[in-house]
Amino acid sequence: MIVKILLIASVLVVAWWLLRGPGRGGRLAATRLAGLFLAGGAVVAILAPNAVTRVANFVGVGRGADLVLYVLVVVFTFVCLGQYQQFRRLEEKLARLTRAHALLEHEVEGRHDSAVGRDR
Amino acid sequence: MTQTATAVIVPMFNEGTVIRDVLDELHESFELVICVDDGSSDGSAAVAREAGATVLRHRVNLGQGAALQTGFDYVRGSAHIEHLVTFDADGQHSVTDAASMVTRARETGVDVVLGSRTGGATVGQPAHKRLLLRAGLRFSRLSSGLELTDTHNGLRVLNRNALQVIRLTQRGMAHASEIEALIARHRLTWAEHPVSIRYSAYSRSKGQSSLNAFNIVYDLMAARLTPTA
Repeated sequence: MIVKILLIASVLVVAWWLLRGPGRGGRLAATRLAGLFLAGGAVVAILAPNAVTRVANFVGVGRGADLVLYVLVVVFTFVCLGQYQQFRRLEEKLARLTRAHALLEHEVEGRHDSAVGRDR
Repeated sequence: MTQTATAVIVPMFNEGTVIRDVLDELHESFELVICVDDGSSDGSAAVAREAGATVLRHRVNLGQGAALQTGFDYVRGSAHIEHLVTFDADGQHSVTDAASMVTRARETGVDVVLGSRTGGATVGQPAHKRLLLRAGLRFSRLSSGLELTDTHNGLRVLNRNALQVIRLTQRGMAHASEIEALIARHRLTWAEHPVSIRYSAYSRSKGQSSLNAFNIVYDLMAARLTPTA
């Protein structure tokens, strides 16, 4: 079945994509293009449900609904992992910021105390 | 006699009830005690300041690993400090052990001295904790390649050499494994020192849930898979 090859290939692409690390503009553009492509596909699927079934049959899946489910699983995994990575990066930034703040605050307090002649 | 070229780092999160005693005891042997308050909401920071500790405050809770790294960054900026001790805030470590570990680091010149429970006394250690630690030890030996006799012990001594290369990215409890991995990767010299642990009702209640061992392994695996930004 063609769908098996397509699904495995898409999972591999997702894995490679995620392991590659934070990309620059290219990654963002590709994500946006994929989003637009999905949106376009959705409109077509709504207007012509039979087209989905034909595509499904072509790749070796019985029903169009099954194909939609398969694609959904891949997209969902992709989105989850992407969000997870984003979240981790954000946490890393928060840690750095908090650390810098803690050190700066201590330095400022030290200066203030020596300015007013308080012993620490 | 207090040691001036040594800093003690105490990561702390809501330890207001015990921190005073821990700090008072530490100050008998160490001049410079740095408390890293990891976003406590119970006024731990004020208590620590009153006890004469240098307090660095995280405004939000980040985790023990992150708190330690903040302490490391602070000490790295103070050139006169030669050794750094990491010490848990719940009072499970002994100050005498810490002092003799610093002496050992100074005399032998090793980069890292790790506290090990196997040589010392473990008072009140629950049986499931012992089993879990044994499994954790096997995991640590395997993943770091170090011939350790204990793991995830909060009492350690690092010198400047170690401080230069140890940058903790694990913000939670997996930092202990990360330190072991960094020792191995940077070929730091190390030794273990027998220490005793007091498992009090307080430290048991504050201590990690045993299930957290799973989280530690998970964090370490996830860190291998995800490239850091």
